[in-house]
Amino acid sequence: MAGGPLLEVRDLAAGFDSRHGLVKALNGVSFVLEPGERLGIVGESGSGKSVTAHAITGLLPSNARVTGEARLDGVDLLQMSKRKMRHVRGERIGMVFQNPLHCLNPSMKIGAQIEEVILAHTDADKREASRRSLELLDQVGIPSPDRSAQEYPHLFSGGMRQRVMIAIALACKPQIVIADEPTTALDVTIQAQIIDLLAETCKAYGAAVILITHDLGILAGFADRIVVMYAGRVVEQGDVDSIYYRPAHPYTLGLLRSVTRIDEARRDRLVPITGNPPSPVLLPSGCAFHPRCPYTQPVCSERVPPLELKGGIDHPAACHFAEEVATHRAGDAVQ
Amino acid sequence: MADAALTPSAPERQIPALLPRRPMLRHLVSDRTALAGLLLLILMFTAAAAAPLVAPRDPHEQDVANRYAPVSIEHPLGTDNLGRDELSRLIYGARVSLFTSLGVGVAILAIGMVVGSIAGFAGGILDGLLMRIVDVLLAFPSLLLALAITGMLGPGLLHLMIGMVAVWWTDYARMMRGLVLSMRERPFVESAQAVGLPGRLVAIRHVLPNIVGPVIVLGTLQTGRLLLALSALSFLGLGVQPPTAEWGAMLSEGQQYLASAPQLMVYPGIAITLAALGFNLLGDGLRDVLDPTMEN
Repeated sequence: MAGGPLLEVRDLAAGFDSRHGLVKALNGVSFVLEPGERLGIVGESGSGKSVTAHAITGLLPSNARVTGEARLDGVDLLQMSKRKMRHVRGERIGMVFQNPLHCLNPSMKIGAQIEEVILAHTDADKREASRRSLELLDQVGIPSPDRSAQEYPHLFSGGMRQRVMIAIALACKPQIVIADEPTTALDVTIQAQIIDLLAETCKAYGAAVILITHDLGILAGFADRIVVMYAGRVVEQGDVDSIYYRPAHPYTLGLLRSVTRIDEARRDRLVPITGNPPSPVLLPSGCAFHPRCPYTQPVCSERVPPLELKGGIDHPAACHFAEEVATHRAGDAVQ
Repeated sequence: MADAALTPSAPERQIPALLPRRPMLRHLVSDRTALAGLLLLILMFTAAAAAPLVAPRDPHEQDVANRYAPVSIEHPLGTDNLGRDELSRLIYGARVSLFTSLGVGVAILAIGMVVGSIAGFAGGILDGLLMRIVDVLLAFPSLLLALAITGMLGPGLLHLMIGMVAVWWTDYARMMRGLVLSMRERPFVESAQAVGLPGRLVAIRHVLPNIVGPVIVLGTLQTGRLLLALSALSFLGLGVQPPTAEWGAMLSEGQQYLASAPQLMVYPGIAITLAALGFNLLGDGLRDVLDPTMEN
């Protein structure tokens, strides 16, 4: 599969059986991830970013219905047997979760928790696994690894535990690391450290990263490319500069305006996006964003805008008026 | 050490002072009530185990001329209605009472844990089936059910134990299932799955070890309750048969002489109370020791 994308997600849809019928969490998500690339997936709570990650790795609960494709090196992960999938997880895809305080087993020593992943996926013997785990702890910046490996998680701070989680994710040299809101539960002062560490270590290991976040600010210095999700759909995607400087979807624009920026001293107020994300049980007709969109037109409530390239814009956006938004925004930004 | 921290050549990345994990035993001993419970139980179990060495006399040796003897050097707690040494009977009785309740405790713990884990991990129909059986058993008053089963099998210590095991495993099963279910939802169990550990390993390494704490606590408290139930059933004449010494049976025998020699009921009563108290104090102490380590 030389030359092809590392991970290709196509028309990924997921719903959950519930008392209210099938609740659609994802409505056809497509994106690609190149080897070694750093991809950011951004969106509000409930936009389906976490469900995307869990669907790809087969970690959704049993009441989930998943369709579409997620090809890793050309092999569809969604069709894989449970046993094979277990080997993909940890071995080829590492994951870092949101809540480092609760993601480590409180009754197991730090070192042992890294070792067990190595032992489960590689031929390494106990000594080799132990050596590797110390090396990993050192790489993620845990002081005196040989001593820390013998400690239990409750002695570690949130930031330290997230470092351990990164070490676990990287333990088997995966091709992809999926980090689902890895800094949300951490102090702001630690956030940047963890993001930098993630970037650094994944680069050293040659792993591609999917960083899932609700915070565009985090992605600015990190991602190569950004996928913006809203209500279970990709509404805009492009390389980091085009998303930040030439957003073509009103939602992306709204996200950008609600983030503090230090390079735009003139604007002193943050502009919130009004309203709430729609319920997946009752999605608005047409473009799911139209009830909250400042530029909404009659057509917006009638037809779902496809994610496509339009004239004058360098990246695809799912808006009927992408061009207008892009040009309007150009004037808007320099006000 | 302090000097090293002040020298300018100290490494840039300071090593944080990691506290040593507080040893459980030391924590337990620093809790006075738990310590009292622990000492009480150690004392009683040691006396019971070393009964032939500790007891002043043979518990079955009758001395009819010397019935209802008052407290003396020869008989530290006096003698009973057949002139048997009361202290020796209490010490030998501890063997039966304590070790039987402990044996029953371990048996129901084992059965309850296995059934509860199966229900919790398997879920679905198997879970439903096992839990309905538990529901049925729990719907009966437990002492009455144990009484009925033992009565059917006929009096005797072994039958009594069977009756008790048949009734009391349900508490553990129910609790184990609940613990397994709640533990399976914990983020660290999910992340263990996310790194592709096989299900068996997730269960053994990540789910079960974190359940041990509450199970030990319940086990300790439950054993105290079993001791009381055992005494009650023996008191009713279903357990050990005379002349074997057992606290409940001694209580039952002494009942006839309540007016003339109340001490024959008081001593075994105190022994039962102290043993049950010991289990309860230790159980409460263990709860305090084991719970905080979960989160802190």
